[in-house]
Amino acid sequence: MSQPNRLPGRGLVNRDRPVSFTFDGREIAGYEGDTIASALLANGEIMVGRSFKYHRPRGIVGAGSDDPAAMVQIGSDPASTDPNVMVTTREIHAGLEARPQNCWPSLKYDVGVLNDVFMRFFPAGFYYKTFMGSDRFRWLNWMTFEPFIRRAAGLGKSPTKPDPDTYESVNRHCDVLVIGAGPAGLTAAANAARSGARVILVEESERLGGSLNATDPEGTTIGGKAPADWIAAQTAKLAEHPEVTVLTRTTAFGYYAMNFVGLIERVSDHLPEHRRDRRQPRQRVWRVRAKQVVLATGAIERPLVFHENDRPGIMLAGAARSFLHRYGVLAGKRVLVFANNDSAWQTAFDIRAAGGEVAGIVDMRRELNEALALRALKAGIAVYPRTAIVGTHGRHRIDSAFVSSLDDSGNVRGSRSRIECDLIAVSGGWNPNVALFAQSRGKLKWDAEMASFRPGLSWQQERSAGACNGTFELQEVLAEGSKAGLEAARAADFTVRAVKQPEVETSVVQSLNLVPVWQVPSGQPREKTKAFVDLQDDVKASDLQLATEEGYDSVEHAKRYTTQGMGTDQGKISNVNAFGIMAEARGITVPEVGTTTFRQPWRPVTIGALGGQHVGAHFMPRRGTPMHAWHREQKAIFEPVGDWLRARAYPKPGESFHDAVQREAKAARTTAGILDATTLGKIDIRGKDARTFLNRVYTNAWSKLAPGRCRYGLMLGEDGMVSDDGVTACIADDHFHMTTTTGGAASVLQKLEDYLQTEWPELDVWLTTVTEQWAVAAVCGPKAEEIVAAVVDGIDLDPEEFPFMTWQDGTAGGIPVRVFRVSFTGETSYEINIPATYGRWLWEELVAAGKPHGLTPYGTEAMHLLRAEKGFIIVGQETDGTVTPGDLRMDWAVAKKKGDFIGKRSLSRSDTIRDDRKQLVGLLTNDGDHVPMEGAQIIGTPEEPAPPVPMLGHVTSAYFSPNLGRSIAMAMVKRGGQRMGETVWIARRGDKPVPAKIVHYDFLGDAVGEGA
Amino acid sequence: MFVIDCPNCGSRDQSEFTYAGEAHIARPTESENMTDAEWAEFVFMRTNTKGLFAERWWHATGCRKFFNMLRNTATDEIHAVYRIGEKPPKVTANLPLTPAGESSIGSGNDAVKIMTRDEENAS
Ligand SMILES: [Zn+2]
Repeated sequence: MSQPNRLPGRGLVNRDRPVSFTFDGREIAGYEGDTIASALLANGEIMVGRSFKYHRPRGIVGAGSDDPAAMVQIGSDPASTDPNVMVTTREIHAGLEARPQNCWPSLKYDVGVLNDVFMRFFPAGFYYKTFMGSDRFRWLNWMTFEPFIRRAAGLGKSPTKPDPDTYESVNRHCDVLVIGAGPAGLTAAANAARSGARVILVEESERLGGSLNATDPEGTTIGGKAPADWIAAQTAKLAEHPEVTVLTRTTAFGYYAMNFVGLIERVSDHLPEHRRDRRQPRQRVWRVRAKQVVLATGAIERPLVFHENDRPGIMLAGAARSFLHRYGVLAGKRVLVFANNDSAWQTAFDIRAAGGEVAGIVDMRRELNEALALRALKAGIAVYPRTAIVGTHGRHRIDSAFVSSLDDSGNVRGSRSRIECDLIAVSGGWNPNVALFAQSRGKLKWDAEMASFRPGLSWQQERSAGACNGTFELQEVLAEGSKAGLEAARAADFTVRAVKQPEVETSVVQSLNLVPVWQVPSGQPREKTKAFVDLQDDVKASDLQLATEEGYDSVEHAKRYTTQGMGTDQGKISNVNAFGIMAEARGITVPEVGTTTFRQPWRPVTIGALGGQHVGAHFMPRRGTPMHAWHREQKAIFEPVGDWLRARAYPKPGESFHDAVQREAKAARTTAGILDATTLGKIDIRGKDARTFLNRVYTNAWSKLAPGRCRYGLMLGEDGMVSDDGVTACIADDHFHMTTTTGGAASVLQKLEDYLQTEWPELDVWLTTVTEQWAVAAVCGPKAEEIVAAVVDGIDLDPEEFPFMTWQDGTAGGIPVRVFRVSFTGETSYEINIPATYGRWLWEELVAAGKPHGLTPYGTEAMHLLRAEKGFIIVGQETDGTVTPGDLRMDWAVAKKKGDFIGKRSLSRSDTIRDDRKQLVGLLTNDGDHVPMEGAQIIGTPEEPAPPVPMLGHVTSAYFSPNLGRSIAMAMVKRGGQRMGETVWIARRGDKPVPAKIVHYDFLGDAVGEGA
Repeated sequence: MFVIDCPNCGSRDQSEFTYAGEAHIARPTESENMTDAEWAEFVFMRTNTKGLFAERWWHATGCRKFFNMLRNTATDEIHAVYRIGEKPPKVTANLPLTPAGESSIGSGNDAVKIMTRDEENAS
C-alpha cells in the first residue's frame, strides 16, 4: 500500500523494515516502530471502532496511553485473542490481526447505531431509571434486562479458552525507581545513577525520550545536541552503570503502600510469532519495592468539549505533533487547530512546516500571544480569535467544521461559517499526569494557571519532576529532573554531586496562557447539543449537568450515575473537563467539586500477567506424603485436605468410586485396612511445664497421664466452641507428642504459640512442629496385629499387653518406630510412626506383609465412613464454630474439677447452657437404602409446611454403611440428646421429606468401645 | 503491602506475617468470678480503632514470634514495633480529628485528596 500520509525523511520509524498487518480484514502497510494508530493514519484511516453506548464512530484521538476509545480486538484465536487493545500503544508486527470491536455486522454499517438515533432517550442514569426504578418495568427485574444491555453495550470479547501464553512475576528492590523516560525521567535516572544507587528506569513505550520524540527535531537543541542525539547520549550514560536497569514497554500501573510499585512489562507482544523467545514470558509483572521514587510521567492533553466533538478526525493537538514527529505521519490533509491556549499553535506551525495544509487556528481567547500571531501570519496561517467551533460535519470522518465568533461573555455571536478540514487538532490545556502520585496518597493542589491538578503534598518517599509536576519549559524540566534524581539518591543514602545541566535552545512554543473553557458554547439548546466529555462511555456535558440538577453533587456519585470515567481509559483525558462542567453547573470551583479516585491499574493489566507463574499446578502447590507416589501408582483418587493431597479411595479397574469406598470400609472391619495418616498435624511439646500447658489448652485433665499413655483431647476457642481435636501422647513427664487435625495443624500451632508467648510466658514449654518428620501408616482390623507383627520388632503387639491408648517404641528393619495404639475406626489399630524418609519403605513392607491377610489400603472417604459408623466427630464436619463439647454430647471430655482452660468460662455463659441448643445425634432413615444429603435441613413434620419452616437442625454426615448394610447419618438437632427414638423428617428439594429416627451416634452399638 | 520491621528478623514483607488482633488485652485470670457480660467483653469486643492502634502480629514464616505494633489504621503508618510485654511507646501521629474523620493526608479513603487553603498557605 502507498501510505499516502507518510512524509519522507520524517519520523523515527525504521524505513528499512516495512511491516504489514491486517485491520478489519484489510492489509495495512507500515514500518517497524509504528503503532496500529500511526500505520492506520499513514494510510489515511482514522475510524477504528464504535462507542460503548450509542455505537457512534470512534477514531484516533491520542497518540499514546491517553487515547480514550480507539480500541481493537487482537487475534481471533479463542485462547489468545486480546480485547480492548489501544491502537495508539500497540506496536505492529507481521501477522498482527486487529479487528474493530463493538460493531456488527461491520465497522461502517452497524446495527447498534440505532442506540444513537434514540440518544435523547438515553439520558444520564437511563438504565437505572428505566429498569430499576420505573413502575412500568417493575414486573421484570434488572436481571432480566442486564444480559441484553450488556450485549448491546460492550467492548471487546474475552478469550473463551485457557490462555496458552506464559507470564511471570518477579520481585525487585531498588534505591531509586524512575517512572517515565522523557527529558525529566532520563535526567533524573542519569543523575541518580552517578551515585551508584540501584536505579530502575521505566518507560511505557518502546523508545526512551518521551515528549522529545514528539517534537520537531530541527526546533530544539540540548547542550548543542539534537534531541535524538541527547537521548542517545543519556541512554549511553545509563548503560555505563551496572546498577541501572532500563525497562521499556513497561508501565507502572499501581503505586501502593510503602513505595511498592507494580510494573507490567510487555515482553513479546510487539514481536511476530516466529521471533518470540519461547523461554521468555509474554508479559512480566515486576513487584518493585523502591526506597525512593521519581515520578516523571508527563502530562495529558485535554480536549475542548464542543458540539459534535466525537467524530473521527478530531484529535488532540499534541497527538497530531506526535504522529508527525515520531512516526512521520500527517494525521490529516487539511488541519484546523482549535484551542484556548498557546501550545496547540505549535501543531499548526509544525504541520505547515512539514508541508501540510492548515485550515486555520480557531482560538477562543480574546487576547492572543502576539509573537505567535506574528508567526502564524508569516506562515500564512489564518487565525480566528474569539471564535469557537460550534459544530462539525462528516459521517465516518469529519469533512468540515462550523465556527462562530464569540461575544465578550463568551457566548456565540452571529452566524456560523463552514471551514473545510479533515482533522481538528484540539487542545483545552494540559493535565499533569498525577495518577500515580494520587495513588501514593499524595495530596493534589489546584493550579489556576493550568486549570488543573498538580502534585501538592507528598505522602510517600517520592517526588515529581517535569510535566507531571506542571513544569513544561524544557530547561526547567531538565533542572527538575536533575534535582529529583539527586535528591532521591541522597534520600536513599547515596552521595552524589550536582553537575551542570545542558543549555536548552528551542523555538518550540512553551508558553500556555490558558483561558479555561469547560464547555464550548454551541449556540443551541442543551438537549440538542452533543458535546461529548467521555468518548469511551458516551457521556455528554448535558448528562453531567442533568446529574447535577438531580442532586448528584458528589463527584463519585455523579461518576457512577453517568458512567463518566468508568471505561478502560478511566477518563484520562476527560475527567478534569467533567469536574469543570460540574463545577460550572453548581457555581463552585473545580477543587471544591474534587476529583474521582485515580484507581490502580493506571492502564489495563492482563489477568494472566497478574497471575504470573501461579497457574495450574503452581496455583496452590500441594503437599504430598512420602507415600504419595505409591498412591498415585495405585491410581488413587485424591482430594485436597488443607494444603495436602490425600488419597480418597483406591478404585480397582472398572470399579466405581462408591463401590471402592464400600469395599475398603468393609475390609477394614473384616480383615484389615491400611491408611496413610501422615498428614495429621504433629507438635512436639517439651519443657517442665508441658503438663500444665496441656491442662490449659485442652478441655480434659492431663495431670495424671503417665508416660507411655495417650489421651484424646478437645480444644476450644475462648468462645467455648470446639476448634480442634486429636490424641496427645505422654513421652516423658516433660515431653508430649500432640496430634491435630490435618487442616488445623498450622492454626493450632499459631494458637499454642500465641498463648505461650503472650499469656503464659512464665511456662517452660517449647513447641516444635514435627508433622513432616514422621510418616504414619495406620493399620486396623482383626488381622492388624498379625500384619504389624511381621514388620515391627521389639513390641509385644497383643492388645492385652499393648493396650488401647498407649504407645511403645520399637523398630522396623532396624529403623526406630513409634507405635500408637489409637483408633479412629473403633477397630484394633496400630498407628506406626517412622522417620519420614522411610515412609514409603514401611508402607510397602506392611502392604506386602498384609497381602496374605487381605490388607486393603483405604482412603479418606472410607476413613470418614468408618469413623461415622463409630460415631467419632470430624471437627469442621460435625462442628462449624458454633458447637460446644456439650452440643456434641461429649461432656465426658471436659474436666469438671481442673483449673482454667481455654474457653472454660464460655461453657457456662447463658447462651451455651441453654437447654434448647442443637445436639449431635445419629439418624437412621426409615428407608435404610436412602442416604440423606449432608447439610439437609431437619423438620418436625412429615410434610413441609409453608414458609417460614421451623428448622430443627441439619444433617452433618451421611453414608451408606457396608458394615451395617444400611444408611447412617449424624445430625445436629435441637435438644437432640433428649429425643432418642423420636422421628424427624429430612427435607429435600422438590421431593417429600424423608422420615428418620433419632438414635445414639455410635452405630456399632457399643458406646464405650475402643475410642470412646 | 507493608514492610514490617520484625524485632527479631528486621524488615520483611507483610506476606511473611499473620495479623493477630488487638494488643494489650490480657486474658482474665479469674474468669469464674466474672459476669457473662464482662467475659463477653474480653472474648468478643474489640475497639476497632480508627487511628493509633496497638495490634499483634506473628512472624509466621520467620522467627515465629509474636510482637506488638503501633499502627495508624487511618493511614497505615507503622509508628513502632515492640516486644510482647512492653508498653506501647509514645508517638505522635497524624490522626483523624473525629472518629468518623480522616487524617489530613495519607488516608486510605480518597475523600481527602486535595490540599486545603491552609495547607497551601503553609507550604
Ligand atoms: Zn521475625
